[in-house]
Amino acid sequence: MIKIVKRDQPSRAIFFLTPVLAIFLTLVAGGLIFYILGFKPFEALKFFFIVPIADKYGFSELLLKATPLCLIAIGLSFCFKSNNWNIGAEGQLTFGAIVSGGVALLFYEQEGFYILPIVILAGAIGGMLYASIPAILKTYFNTNEILVSLMLVYVSKLILDYLVVGPWSNPEGFNFPETRQFSDSAKLPLLFEGLRIHAGIFLALAAVVISWFVFYKTYLGFQMKVSGFSLKTAKYAGYKGKKMIILVFLISGACAGLAGVGEITGPIGQLHREISPDYGFTAIIVAFLGRLHPVGIIFASLVVAITYLGAETAQIFMQIPKYTGQVFQGMILFFLLASDYLLFFKFKFIGSKK
Amino acid sequence: MHKFLIRSFVSSLVLLFTLTVAAIAKDVKAAFVYIGPTGDHGWTYQHDVGRKAVEAAGFKTTYVEGVPESADAERVLRQLANSGHDIIFTTSFGYMNPTNKVAKEFPNVKFEHATGYKREHPNVSTYAARFYEGRTILGTIAGTMTKSNVIGYVASFPIPEVIRGINSFTLAAQKVNPNIKTKIVWAFTWYDPGKEAEAAKALIDQGADVIAQHTDSTAIVQMAEKAGVYAFGQASDMDKFAPKAVLTSVENNWGPYYVDRVKAVANGTWNQKDTWHGIGDGMVVISGLDSQMPGDLQAKVKKLQADLASGKVHSFTGPIYDQKGNLMVAEGKTADDGMLAGMMTYVKGVEGDIPK
Repeated sequence: MIKIVKRDQPSRAIFFLTPVLAIFLTLVAGGLIFYILGFKPFEALKFFFIVPIADKYGFSELLLKATPLCLIAIGLSFCFKSNNWNIGAEGQLTFGAIVSGGVALLFYEQEGFYILPIVILAGAIGGMLYASIPAILKTYFNTNEILVSLMLVYVSKLILDYLVVGPWSNPEGFNFPETRQFSDSAKLPLLFEGLRIHAGIFLALAAVVISWFVFYKTYLGFQMKVSGFSLKTAKYAGYKGKKMIILVFLISGACAGLAGVGEITGPIGQLHREISPDYGFTAIIVAFLGRLHPVGIIFASLVVAITYLGAETAQIFMQIPKYTGQVFQGMILFFLLASDYLLFFKFKFIGSKK
Repeated sequence: MHKFLIRSFVSSLVLLFTLTVAAIAKDVKAAFVYIGPTGDHGWTYQHDVGRKAVEAAGFKTTYVEGVPESADAERVLRQLANSGHDIIFTTSFGYMNPTNKVAKEFPNVKFEHATGYKREHPNVSTYAARFYEGRTILGTIAGTMTKSNVIGYVASFPIPEVIRGINSFTLAAQKVNPNIKTKIVWAFTWYDPGKEAEAAKALIDQGADVIAQHTDSTAIVQMAEKAGVYAFGQASDMDKFAPKAVLTSVENNWGPYYVDRVKAVANGTWNQKDTWHGIGDGMVVISGLDSQMPGDLQAKVKKLQADLASGKVHSFTGPIYDQKGNLMVAEGKTADDGMLAGMMTYVKGVEGDIPK
């Protein structure tokens, strides 16, 4: 017989292996779903995970897609590590995009090297401002940051709607809900001719390096870790909890805001109603799949990014409904949470020697 | 014998030729990019019906549904252009800039963008339907059937397309019933059943007993059915979703245009154009009329439909006044396409202001 026993200590090996296991189980379950739907499972998986990135263009699209996911997830890991549940990265992304887009429009048809840095900075500030709302409400009024940050997502989308429909809409655009196109000086430079991958990827890489340094080499990182394990301990140790809560929210908001900047000043080049296919929410999956570790998040963002691309390819070449991409994202999270069970429990065979 | 040989040789040559031509024609592949799911029973559903007509005409088709108007649209378009598709239909306004961008890189692929106005490259055409003609019919029915003289209208975005529809609807309703008022609720969405139902409810609470819509879900007609008021189907025949409420529907019929354009690619006769077809060309179709409508109204609607199709009647025939009483179109004149394309003012009889 098999008995389930609680582990004395969560296994470190399993901690980093479960994401791999989750991805493997997702592939198996995905293949099974394809089979039930009447598709050849291996062929479908090939079109889903290999074909989209088989050439240079596909690979650059993968990086393009992974960039905002990685950036937001890095920001979120600051919050999640320290027990702050920021669910509103999508709103911070949107608000960051609004502020930076507004600045970019101010420089309409102007050229100059100084424009882009200002536009980028504006986006980070916009994200920080928006993230400071749930942070301040949490620290001073004890509100639940999950609810506040989530609800603010919808507010930000309504603000964006209002602006692109009304005051910021393109005067030559027949009142369609979109702004003018940004000038070239307000756009992130492309890295290669003919590919869409842009300089925003360096922002994501910088975030990875900085976060690694902060998490593992600084006192702040240690404080975050302690608060993550036990808020009471953190208090007992005399950490300034409020300051830290606000700080991690600001970092998280800045990252999400920058992701928004990357979208509008990168591939989109203007503001309109749909600037993000819910990157802010998907990044939550990325953060957990990456185990809140900067390097893990890089891999996780690539894995999740491919579910977006694969869904398109699978529909074009095999007529598999595109929404299976979302099913895959859901399955990854589900299997990850399920296999986390193994972290704290182990199977023991009764009857065998101790 | 000799003659027979020549004849069979010639006829087999002809056969071979026709087969080759047919084979070349059949090789044309068309792709469709959809904003929503094919099962939305509205906008995307009707485009997919059009795609099926292209398949039925013997061409291969591909579609990608639920493509957001974010940075993803460009990738999907490029992928379709790269994978051997000869003509790509992009069926939502938000694809306008990506369509033109990708068209520049693939000069041999034809692009057809629905409802947009940018044709920056010779391989980009645009197409749209004169839905306002259908709304003239709906206005006539609404003005006749209303008892409260308040007609509700759920609108999506304050763009000329939608304003034009509201005006055309109101003008027709006033013609049969000068006392009516059109109340507008802006849903600021094309497809959001929850919001649309709420908007319909708000209008019904304000006394509207006929509801028209310029959004795509079936939520409004279902809400009307529940409240016991009349409504009209949008994009597809929505009668089965609300048999009592729906008096008729204005259907978007893209099939003939799609088949035409794909065939043009096959024959090498495709050229850039801006198409704006109405009832006459069959792009706008009026569904069956509900039996709750009195016989004389049904006859009137049938006649109006024929007159709109032949061009005898124009939806915007003067005198037309705006809300402030300024003359927009003089007596005996009709609004030209330029005015219709940029229409951003309400006509008299519409309540409220256009959101700015």
